[in-house]
Amino acid sequence: MSDAPLKTPFPQRAHAALGDAHLQEALTIATTKFIGLRKESFAGFPAGEALRDRARAIKEATLQKLDAHLERLADNVERLGGHVHWAATGDEARDIILRLCRDKGVRMAVKSKSMATEEIELNEALEAAGVKPVETDLGEYIIQLAHEKPSHIIAPAIHKTKGQVADLFSKELGGRFEADPEVLTAVARKELRQKFLEADMGITGANFAVAETGTIVLVTNEGNGRMVTSLPRIHVAVMGMEKVIPTMTDLMVFLSILARSATGQKLSSYTTLVRGPRQPGEVEGPEELHLILMDNGRTRQIAGTLREALYCLRCGACLNVCPVYRQIGGHAYGYTYPGPIGILLTAMLKGTHAVKDLAHASSLCGACKDVCPVRIDIPRMLVELREHVDRERIAPLGERMVFGLARRAMASPGLFRLGARLGRLAQRPFVRNGRLTSLPLFFGQWTRTRDLPPVAARTFSERWKDLDRP
Amino acid sequence: MITCLGDLLFPEVGVAMVKLLRRLGVTLDFPEGQTCCGMPLFNSGYHHDAALVAARTVRLFERSEHVIVPSGSCAWMVKTEYPGLLEDDPALRAPAEALARKTYELSQFLVDVLGVTTVDSPFKGRVTYHDSCHLLRGLGESQNPRKLLRAVKGCELVELPGSDECCGFGGSFSVRLPEVSTAVLDKKLGNVESTGADCLVACDAGCLMQMGGGLSRRGSRVRALHLAQVLEPEAGA
Repeated sequence: MSDAPLKTPFPQRAHAALGDAHLQEALTIATTKFIGLRKESFAGFPAGEALRDRARAIKEATLQKLDAHLERLADNVERLGGHVHWAATGDEARDIILRLCRDKGVRMAVKSKSMATEEIELNEALEAAGVKPVETDLGEYIIQLAHEKPSHIIAPAIHKTKGQVADLFSKELGGRFEADPEVLTAVARKELRQKFLEADMGITGANFAVAETGTIVLVTNEGNGRMVTSLPRIHVAVMGMEKVIPTMTDLMVFLSILARSATGQKLSSYTTLVRGPRQPGEVEGPEELHLILMDNGRTRQIAGTLREALYCLRCGACLNVCPVYRQIGGHAYGYTYPGPIGILLTAMLKGTHAVKDLAHASSLCGACKDVCPVRIDIPRMLVELREHVDRERIAPLGERMVFGLARRAMASPGLFRLGARLGRLAQRPFVRNGRLTSLPLFFGQWTRTRDLPPVAARTFSERWKDLDRP
Repeated sequence: MITCLGDLLFPEVGVAMVKLLRRLGVTLDFPEGQTCCGMPLFNSGYHHDAALVAARTVRLFERSEHVIVPSGSCAWMVKTEYPGLLEDDPALRAPAEALARKTYELSQFLVDVLGVTTVDSPFKGRVTYHDSCHLLRGLGESQNPRKLLRAVKGCELVELPGSDECCGFGGSFSVRLPEVSTAVLDKKLGNVESTGADCLVACDAGCLMQMGGGLSRRGSRVRALHLAQVLEPEAGA
């Protein structure tokens, strides 16, 4: 995994996204649709609010005793004949899979959609080791063909219009396909059927894993997850350690709000519960099941400032409502996890340095917190991240000076008044028709696109003296 | 409480609020030495500095019975962040909590404390209302401003599509990422213009600076106004 800073600075990545007409069209259509579906779904579900509270409480309590729940999960998976691997880092998780591929003679792996495997850049590693990874979720399949990365947690190809997908399929698969989702889905389905049968290994993530029963739970809409976990002879599930939940009753709580938050569905089309590999007497299922429990920066946040980010169900609702995400899409963020929660997860995985710009890629409007099924206080954590950026002195010097001045003015009414007087003097050459339309220096960031009222001839404090004498 | 933008850029909003409240029989005082609520420092991560500003503000208002702010985000800052910022200071902890309890955003004070149901205002026009993020999601307020606008006889309120979506201001966000901020703003202003309203009303100085600045740059006929300016339109502009 490359931890080198991204070559293009964030504002330039955002600039490019804003200028991409296809991206803008695709984002507006998709996020508007998701927002409406979610809203409608919860409006008709009065129990939803209480279930959200309960889900949050379950996450909080589970993290308190994460080690015990993980051990119970591991015991139960092993009791069912599965193998459990503990990976402290992403590198370790990848190495475990590569070693399995080598030992078991794996040449092709089909994959169900998984952000955990994106996080460890598994596809690149498999290819380098001579194993062909085939994404079988339609969105993932599209972006794999396009040699791109997912730009949304649940809708990886959200940045593409159907016209672009038709062009891509025509070019990569040979043929001429019209921009009709049904036609394109049928094309992908035909391509993928054979792959399911040929693959030696099926790789998935895990939406949940139930400790008391050793059940790995996958929430999908296309049925591909079911085939990935049943047709190949080996199933490998890569799971972030925070995904364990104690009981099947808890699972019901999460399932009742997850799909509603993500797509507005009551339940996703397929909820796949995997309990161990094929048992004696069973006719289907893999011969081997491997569960990889991956830490990769997670457990150190149980007592850290990003703790709440560990509650995340990866539903993507916060992306859909985020005014920044809706304008720039997922790729501009530059890391595996985009959007408001993505900034927090990036900080968790890569450290504060990686998000010194991204921590500010939010207007703190709070829409994310409002829709989060487990009510993660994302704005608060973004502000805390900004505080870390300040404390670690990685904010630019110019910025620290501006805020240093502001602090002094705010702490001293005399300086504040002086600032107003100086402002009035300094703004004189720039006032046009009672407005400031073009200011130099840092203020130009504002006036390039917006006017600004000038500092008033008499501030409120100055006018109060008259008001006070009725 | 009149905070930085209200004091320096929009004094007419404060004047309108003063006249309105006096008309409703409220005795007003304006403790000298007010500057800013500290939110710009807080949101940018300068928490220690924000705590110093909060400490000053808490002291200034110790003797006030109610504190009324014509800006949802400043009210939110005082109500939800001051107690946390000052919790380790034994001398200020209780006063900060007291200030949080007695601070009100203007529309909340008018409706919830004074029980205002009718407003005698000569204002005439078609208006649309923008829900500021901190008032809506921070303080949970969406109805009081609408109730007050509907209570003005000559005021016709038309709902704004996506009224609960951010205007793109976000404090320092607006100058750190001006292009993204403006893209969000353009969407908002497109919605505003689609309503056919003459005035865009909000209860937050930051949003009004952003949306007003955008409308003015577009040469739009729509004016951005604070709620107080609709309820008390005669107050000195």
